[in-house]
Amino acid sequence: MKIYLPLDSAAVALGADEIAAAIHKHAHDKGISVNLVRNGSRGMVWLEPLVEVETAAGRLAFGPMTLSDVPALFGDLAQHPKALGPADDLPWMKAQTRLTFARVGVIDPLSLDDYKTQGGLTGLRRALTMEPAAMVAEVTASGLRGRGGAGFPTGIKWKTVSEAKADRKYIVCNADEGDSATFADRMLMEGDPFTLIEGMVIAGLACGATKGFVYIRSEYPVAIRVMEAAIATARAEGVLGDVLGSGKSFDMEVRVGAGAYVCGEETSLLNSLEGKRGVVRAKPPLPALQGFMGKPTVVNNVISLASVPVIFEKGAEFYKGFGLGRSRGTIPLQIAGNVKHGGLYEIAFGLTLGEIVDGIAGGTASGRPVKAVQVGGPLGAYFPRALFNTPFGYEEFAGKDGLIGHAGLTVFDDSADMLAQARFAMEFCAIESCGKCTPCRIGAVRGVETVDRIAKGDAAAIPLLTDLCNTMKAGSLCALGGFTPYPVMSALTHFPDDFAVKEAAE
Amino acid sequence: MLDSDQTISRVEEILARHQGMEGALLPILHAIQAEFGHVPQDALPVVAKAMNISRAEAHGVMSFYHDFREAPVGRHVLKLCRAEACQAMGADRLADHAKTTLGLDWHETAKDGSVTLEPVFCLGLCACGPAALVDGKLVGRLDAKKLDALVEGMK
Repeated sequence: MKIYLPLDSAAVALGADEIAAAIHKHAHDKGISVNLVRNGSRGMVWLEPLVEVETAAGRLAFGPMTLSDVPALFGDLAQHPKALGPADDLPWMKAQTRLTFARVGVIDPLSLDDYKTQGGLTGLRRALTMEPAAMVAEVTASGLRGRGGAGFPTGIKWKTVSEAKADRKYIVCNADEGDSATFADRMLMEGDPFTLIEGMVIAGLACGATKGFVYIRSEYPVAIRVMEAAIATARAEGVLGDVLGSGKSFDMEVRVGAGAYVCGEETSLLNSLEGKRGVVRAKPPLPALQGFMGKPTVVNNVISLASVPVIFEKGAEFYKGFGLGRSRGTIPLQIAGNVKHGGLYEIAFGLTLGEIVDGIAGGTASGRPVKAVQVGGPLGAYFPRALFNTPFGYEEFAGKDGLIGHAGLTVFDDSADMLAQARFAMEFCAIESCGKCTPCRIGAVRGVETVDRIAKGDAAAIPLLTDLCNTMKAGSLCALGGFTPYPVMSALTHFPDDFAVKEAAE
Repeated sequence: MLDSDQTISRVEEILARHQGMEGALLPILHAIQAEFGHVPQDALPVVAKAMNISRAEAHGVMSFYHDFREAPVGRHVLKLCRAEACQAMGADRLADHAKTTLGLDWHETAKDGSVTLEPVFCLGLCACGPAALVDGKLVGRLDAKKLDALVEGMK
């Protein structure tokens, strides 16, 4: 009997390890031999822990599982109280376009054989037949843009590094996924780590780099463990080292962050990787020319690198065929906060915010009306219902004074106090500022004080807050100070009542 | 309690394991904290010397990162997520409840050394908040009742 149960952090946080132990115990008591595969999550977090049982009719899903639901897994499955039907036929799964996440939740994350059976290494084998310039051109042609949030064309970054002359170059994967509402990097690393490894090897071949680092935040213990195990397997099986016996070499290792949000900024990450304070560097020089240890370095997000194998497997034109405008390919939406159906949903760019929040997410978990959706993490704008017709794309959100960032969406119901959210944005920036530039270091502290003045009914502080936000936006060295004004100003602009009511109450 | 010589000899073992590693300081500090539960201040001059940096630089790096602690913490560490997705599910109220129940503010340790309360900004459990990390174990959909049970188990 083959049973799948996720090792994914979200499943574990909802009791998957206890379910696993119960499955083993019941199987043992009944004398049934069970092969329990700890897979990644399918992304339907409201159904976790989600158990799948392999049958002649496909993989049948059961969830959300509790301990009392375990014994019935060994009886008539059709009568199981948590039976959901075949996993692949669930509406959430069927409507997606899973390119980057095609294997997540499907395979055993640490089985290289599973990975190969499901198309793994096909992209790398094709890349090995190409010249570096052609590989870079393939990525450029795919239209892939940095999935970490900045949206910079990945191919252009690779071209700069590829053409740079140096004795050593590096590929650095930014897995410091600190934005609230984002967990795509975590799910990918936990559910299909070989995809990231394959993407990094291709990046290394294209750019002439032989060493890579995955910088994973310390808050992701499961991802760290799975990535380290996968790297060891990839090395033992000849994917890393002498890459598939091609005579070209690439190796990589995991490095663990230490709780600093700002290290998700690429130059700060590089300093941290070098063993320094995670202080932001001024640009230029670009990391592509002077990055890790002063050498040309590609710094890409997990999802950018993990999208590379499918681009090489199926071709740039295939990938480019999805999306809208200048936002090509697919994007793993991460639907979070107060939602009925939360989780990861990979789809071509272009759905409207309303289709995502009201349709896919099914509204709030509390059943109350949606008041605001913060898109793009703590540095993203709060969108009111009036902007729900905004299509999900880089330029489309920028046009509404927002950003898609790493594609995380936090839904709030009508009990949210937007002044409190604005204050939190400033407080968070003050806690996490690296301290290098004044607008961020001091501006955030003044920002908290200014919001507090507004809360006490001082209307004169409102223009002051606006002015402060302009200074932070224009004068900060990186996105932490530069983008904190997005949540603050969007809260103020779209939810003026939350700032005015307090004034009247005074 | 270890005396200074014992601390230093164990730190030297850790340093030896990291020889030749590029940018080894963070991995070294993580290894020291894993060994001692915090980064003993006796260790810093030894680390600094091995890395060919000043003690001030070593301290500067250590103090920059939220993870590294100068002093021992409680026997249990309760980390509650304070980030937006968990806020949307009532994390602020839950944090207030925890603070009242434990009689602690953020970063404080109970007088009997049983528990330390710390904030964390995102565990990537944003679709099943409020989230917590209890002695390294992930917990989702935390509420006051579950929290009380966890706290009870820490006494």
